[in-house]
Amino acid sequence: MELLVASAVGLLTAAGIYLVLRRRTFPVILGTSLLSYAVNVFLFATGRLATDAPPILNKYAEVTYSDPLPQALVLTAIVISFGMTAVVVMVALGAYLSARDDNINMDDTAPAQGEDA
Amino acid sequence: MNHLLIAPIVLPALVAPFIIMTLRYHIDLQRIFSLATNVLLIAIAAALAVQAADGTVQVYELGDWQAPFGIVLVLDRLSAMMVLLTTVLALAVNLYAVGSKWDARGANFHALFQFQLMGIIGAFLTGDAFNLFVFFEVLLIASYGLMIHGGGARRFQAGVQYVVFNLLGSTLFLFALGTIYSVTGTLNLADLAVRVAELPAEDSALIRVGAVMLLLVFAIKASLLPLHFWLPASYANAPAPVAALFAIMTKVGAYSILRVYTLIFGPDVAVVEGLVDNWLLPAALLTIAIGAIGVLGSKDIGRLMSFGAITSVGTLLTAIALFTPEATAAALYYTVHSTLAAAALFLVADMVRERQGGEIAPKPVMAQSGLISVLFFVAAIATAGMPPLSGFLGKLLILDAARDSTLVVWVWAVILISSLITIMGFARAGTLIFWKSHGLTQDRSLEEPEIELEQADQADAPSTPRAPALPFVACFSLLAGLAALTLFAGPVTRYTTATAADLFAPQAYIETVLANRDRPVVEPDQTPGDKTLDLDAGDTTSEENH
Repeated sequence: MELLVASAVGLLTAAGIYLVLRRRTFPVILGTSLLSYAVNVFLFATGRLATDAPPILNKYAEVTYSDPLPQALVLTAIVISFGMTAVVVMVALGAYLSARDDNINMDDTAPAQGEDA
Repeated sequence: MNHLLIAPIVLPALVAPFIIMTLRYHIDLQRIFSLATNVLLIAIAAALAVQAADGTVQVYELGDWQAPFGIVLVLDRLSAMMVLLTTVLALAVNLYAVGSKWDARGANFHALFQFQLMGIIGAFLTGDAFNLFVFFEVLLIASYGLMIHGGGARRFQAGVQYVVFNLLGSTLFLFALGTIYSVTGTLNLADLAVRVAELPAEDSALIRVGAVMLLLVFAIKASLLPLHFWLPASYANAPAPVAALFAIMTKVGAYSILRVYTLIFGPDVAVVEGLVDNWLLPAALLTIAIGAIGVLGSKDIGRLMSFGAITSVGTLLTAIALFTPEATAAALYYTVHSTLAAAALFLVADMVRERQGGEIAPKPVMAQSGLISVLFFVAAIATAGMPPLSGFLGKLLILDAARDSTLVVWVWAVILISSLITIMGFARAGTLIFWKSHGLTQDRSLEEPEIELEQADQADAPSTPRAPALPFVACFSLLAGLAALTLFAGPVTRYTTATAADLFAPQAYIETVLANRDRPVVEPDQTPGDKTLDLDAGDTTSEENH
């Protein structure tokens, strides 16, 4: 299982980094989501992997248990990354609709702060 | 517990939704509530600063859970100082936003502004690494909204870059926290300090990786070379009041570096030896250099100010990277100075941009040219670090503190030469914008500036529309802050020296935070061994340290 989780994290991260380095916003957003999936799985694994174990201590018997804290951390991270993905989609849409261009790079020859002032 | 500690986080957290839900269509009421909140925040921050001034560390346990298990807020001299600086800056920036009507150019400016304050203040007060991440996200998500406030294609495009860069930073932050947790089994800063110090030196690979990743995250926030790329485009295209508020955002990164790399990964911790001190100083010096070159090469006034901000952040990080109490005291003094100076510069740049566009080139003389040129002149002097303002004192303190460093020649050379280049860059911009403009219009006489000085106060000339006074009040109050910082340099440096001494002797901090750790978690009769709750998954962890 360790191999499966580790390679999943590695694969997601690699794919995420590849996509983030693309030039258009859509692949970049996909890349950031993949990276956030990777980090969620990674955070989950920081409590060490244990199957079929409740996150509850039993003071009367020696039982295996899973660490509840990383699960709480992952929950927070999922919520935050979900919200952030929504925001970045909206900002990218705004950029695309106002500039008619979904290129990440900015054209530096154009004057900064053009039409709105 | 002292509930005043959480007040600066709760207050904006309550006001912001209130503004969204009930005052949505009432910009005047929004302004009143937002400004009143800022004044209240200053009062709270001042009260906290008074409480922290004698060096006591106060802990606020959220939900009454004791330190390593629950989240804590910690108030010490450093946090109190940063919170006070944030609130003062916020009031001036908010005054400018209201006066220049920037806040009416899009929806929800004031709500986002309050959320941003909540995130920044929370990041300064928290005593927990994961909570630091959460507050980073709060301040970032508010800053995304503020960044694209007012819209426009350029701003949206810069916003995309800003959001994506910071999303990557957040992901890296989580990776770093996960790595550190997997080794130590805790994320409380004070508890981390204890556990990291106890780690066996031969078992340090993972924690070193975690420490470096954490440094990268904070370097992104502080815009340290080579992670500074997001800053110029973002700050130059952000609405001016937002860019001015962002002046404190780079300091959040610098603060986090200072906090984490003195408290947890301190200079004397064996497992991370040679990680930070070897890399941070050269990177900071290169940041100064790149900032100075950018100042000289900018064609747009927004970018000029952005690179000025990068230079000052580089100077600040140089002082931090020396990791001595004297240098840290100098860095803290310079933090206050550079925040106020950078904010003032961004506001002045906006005044120029509103009147004649952002390009640094001679244009017809703008309205209130005299007054704005005075503001520009003073802010530029402060930023470049020339006497008599606090920038000079700050840089002098840093140079003086660098004297014992092995890289003293480099530090002195880079800071001094970059100061010269910055002076040249600002002088060039000021000359082109304010002086050469007069050459374009022959009919203007020499006493023009004095006339326009009065115009800002009262008289309306038919050619120049009357400008609202509030933006000038905001700029002048920031510059007055700089003057006060210069005049009261003695008390301020005494405070920063004491703060630096605290940072390099963190035992009081650690002991105060962890004082309650042995208090039973649940009722005593049910828990013969409540310590078992502290069982963590790491086999590398020291088994019991209490």
